[in-house]
Amino acid sequence: MATSIEDMRKSRKVLAGYDYEQAGVEKGYTGKTLYINISDYTIKPKDVTEEMKDIFIGGKGFGLWYLWNGIKPETKWNDPENEIVISSGPIGGITQYPGSGKSLVVTLSPLTKSIMDSNVGGFFGPYLKFSGWDALEIQGKSEKDIVVFIDGDKGRVTIEEVDIDPAASHLVSEQLTELLAENEKDKKNISIVSSGSGGENTNIGILNFSFYDLRRKAARMKQAGRGGIGTVFRDKKIAALAVKFSSLSGRSNNPADPAKVAKTGVKITREINKFDAEQFRMRQIGTANLMTPMNDYDLLPVHNFKYGSHPDAVGISSDTLRDRFTQNMPDGCWVGCALSCCKAVDNFELKTGPYKGDKVLVDGPEYENAAGLGANCGIFDADYVIEANFYCDTYGIDTISTGTLIAFAMECYENGIIDKKITGGLELNFGNADAAMELIHQMGQGKGFGKIAGQGVRRMKQIFAEEYGADPAFLQDIGMENKGLEYSQYQAKESLAQQGGYAMTNKGPQHDEAWLIFMDMVNNQLPTFEKKAEALHYFPMFRTWFGLMGLCKLPWNDIIPEGNSQTESPEKIPEHVQNYIDIFNAVTGKNIDQDEMIRQSERVYNFQRIFNLRLGFGTREHDAAPYRALGPVTEEEYESRIERYDNQLKEDVGIDPSGMSIAEKVKAMRKYREGRYETLIDVVYDRRGWTKNGVPKLEKIKELGIDFPEVVDVVKKNL
Amino acid sequence: MKIVGTNEKECTLCGACETICSTFYFKEDNRLKSSIQVEEVEVSPGAAIHVCNQCGKCIEVCPVEAITRTKKGIVIINKKTCIGCFNCVGVCPTNTMFWHEDLVEPFKCIACARCTKECPTEAIFMEEVS
Repeated sequence: MATSIEDMRKSRKVLAGYDYEQAGVEKGYTGKTLYINISDYTIKPKDVTEEMKDIFIGGKGFGLWYLWNGIKPETKWNDPENEIVISSGPIGGITQYPGSGKSLVVTLSPLTKSIMDSNVGGFFGPYLKFSGWDALEIQGKSEKDIVVFIDGDKGRVTIEEVDIDPAASHLVSEQLTELLAENEKDKKNISIVSSGSGGENTNIGILNFSFYDLRRKAARMKQAGRGGIGTVFRDKKIAALAVKFSSLSGRSNNPADPAKVAKTGVKITREINKFDAEQFRMRQIGTANLMTPMNDYDLLPVHNFKYGSHPDAVGISSDTLRDRFTQNMPDGCWVGCALSCCKAVDNFELKTGPYKGDKVLVDGPEYENAAGLGANCGIFDADYVIEANFYCDTYGIDTISTGTLIAFAMECYENGIIDKKITGGLELNFGNADAAMELIHQMGQGKGFGKIAGQGVRRMKQIFAEEYGADPAFLQDIGMENKGLEYSQYQAKESLAQQGGYAMTNKGPQHDEAWLIFMDMVNNQLPTFEKKAEALHYFPMFRTWFGLMGLCKLPWNDIIPEGNSQTESPEKIPEHVQNYIDIFNAVTGKNIDQDEMIRQSERVYNFQRIFNLRLGFGTREHDAAPYRALGPVTEEEYESRIERYDNQLKEDVGIDPSGMSIAEKVKAMRKYREGRYETLIDVVYDRRGWTKNGVPKLEKIKELGIDFPEVVDVVKKNL
Repeated sequence: MKIVGTNEKECTLCGACETICSTFYFKEDNRLKSSIQVEEVEVSPGAAIHVCNQCGKCIEVCPVEAITRTKKGIVIINKKTCIGCFNCVGVCPTNTMFWHEDLVEPFKCIACARCTKECPTEAIFMEEVS
């Protein structure tokens, strides 16, 4: 491998090139997308049609549409025709409103074998657009490692061979930034997408999107984490994607009404300055601010989601983590985001692994990382969480799946389902940080038990049952995956709405569709099935919208405007919803209202559901949840919250628990909770305009205007 | 450093400071484009004068390092570097980082002293502060 940037520069070999005239951005769109086939080196532009803008809007919508056209129903994730599509969205790249620099990535997942989408920060999506492209669509499979360069300054795209080691994402980002920058100042104009050796060795590979931090003088990274997109990336032999765009301004997105964008942006920026310190402290702690309240409300996953809190949780509490973060930096993953939640630990000295002794910059830990890698595995040690976070990122593996799958392996180990012989000597007891760290290295490097664990919970369940004689029913109960994707890190046992919010998702149990725990369980705002169904219609649709626009969800409800509690629907944060409508209209020159906003999402959401159907998924059976997500699987779990559960048996189920054995109580509770979950599915499907089997009805897709012949065909086959 | 000092008791709200500032920097007489803005208030002394005290809080939050302090201590915006995110507007404790819907970048007082020369009542003046 090249030992210096100069050697790397000399090693560049252009395999294919394409010069283009920059289309220029008009009201949030360039009207062009970039198609690259890395099998035959085709590089060509495609036109964005008005129909695409009207129906699919951008971001995830464009990704789904291109993937739908790019693959066949029988395509597998590692077939050359699988695509990786990256698109921001019409609002993406504005600098005035916080959280407006997101990229949405869509592909066919190695974990779920179906559609995956992931929402990620960093500069790539906006710079891609300002370089002339509303989306980047990559198809094919290269025989050797390649790098795709998009030079938005010169209007040139190249596929190149570069002497770079793709194993460690933090070095790939740093080196390619160095390679492309003319000087230190120029580095902020560059963004790199890379994965890492974990992308090659596991099914949970991620994509790291870089953003240059001027003060730290470092290429930092945000993650498209879920569903193994990095695994697809490395399977295609892509070492990295790089974009350069040097003339970012406050008007790069060329909105129809810049004054309105500015006015709305200034309003919320002032609000954040005024209230953040007393509300969620996103600027101090980022999403890790959730650690303490989640533990306090019994919602922090502990020991593979058995419990919701732990007395040692103070070791990774919000304030403990705050003390590790370097403060007073404009920590935005896109330029100008006033919420600035993406915190970092500077000069962290690694104690293990290939970079042992190096002092590194660690992005995070965010809530999911601390909760998953830490609490869920029974490890309440901030140093461990930070180190594990670093290695997951640089190997390119998903911290959320990693946390959930190690926790699952630990519970299997403690139950004797797997032993030291199988784990290659790893003593995977809850709380064993050294063993967990070693397992992360093994996954990242494709060694030992890491080769099994890195395939994900669903595959582990199969292997443990088939090869080690484990009881498949028990594994099904405790393996926290749905659709093949590992659960993200919230304890949903006491919130029925959130159980649906997780398991009825399009891509698998990720909280970006619906996070209803507080509304449902703590504030009791959803007391009836109808109210829960309404919430499970509105919120997934509303949140889908962020992914069409290039937006982050956090500035919607991680800052609350004055007077919100006096509004009719405080849980919707009406003022912020109006901000988004104002910004969409101001950017695009269109004139939507709140109803049309939800319609926009409904079109794409239902299309994604139908896309799942087309691939053989998407029906009711795929919305089933492991019982661990619904209630206490074991007697040990029941006993840990016996007062709560006994009360529920008495009051909600109408059974007198006195005189019942714990086993009988567990059984009675299970019957009740599973029945309740089925009822929830019925009412939610009905509200969404779906059949009892979860298939969008023909009248629904007609009403939404997505009744293209091939869509209707898929639906008809499933009715 | 020398900043624009204020004595609100003397302010007659004549607007001469706003006129000279916006005319000099933006070529139009528009108080909303002035880096010093006076406002009538109900409480005594009846006028509020909004002008930057060069505290520099905005420097810390600028994501592109477009805001710097000069050798003389004055906080200035490099408009070429600025990407118009308005984080500085949001963080400003005195609400004197101004913005206008016609303009991409915010603007602020750079202590040029022009307004102090126009003020008929010495309600504003150049003041040495540490």
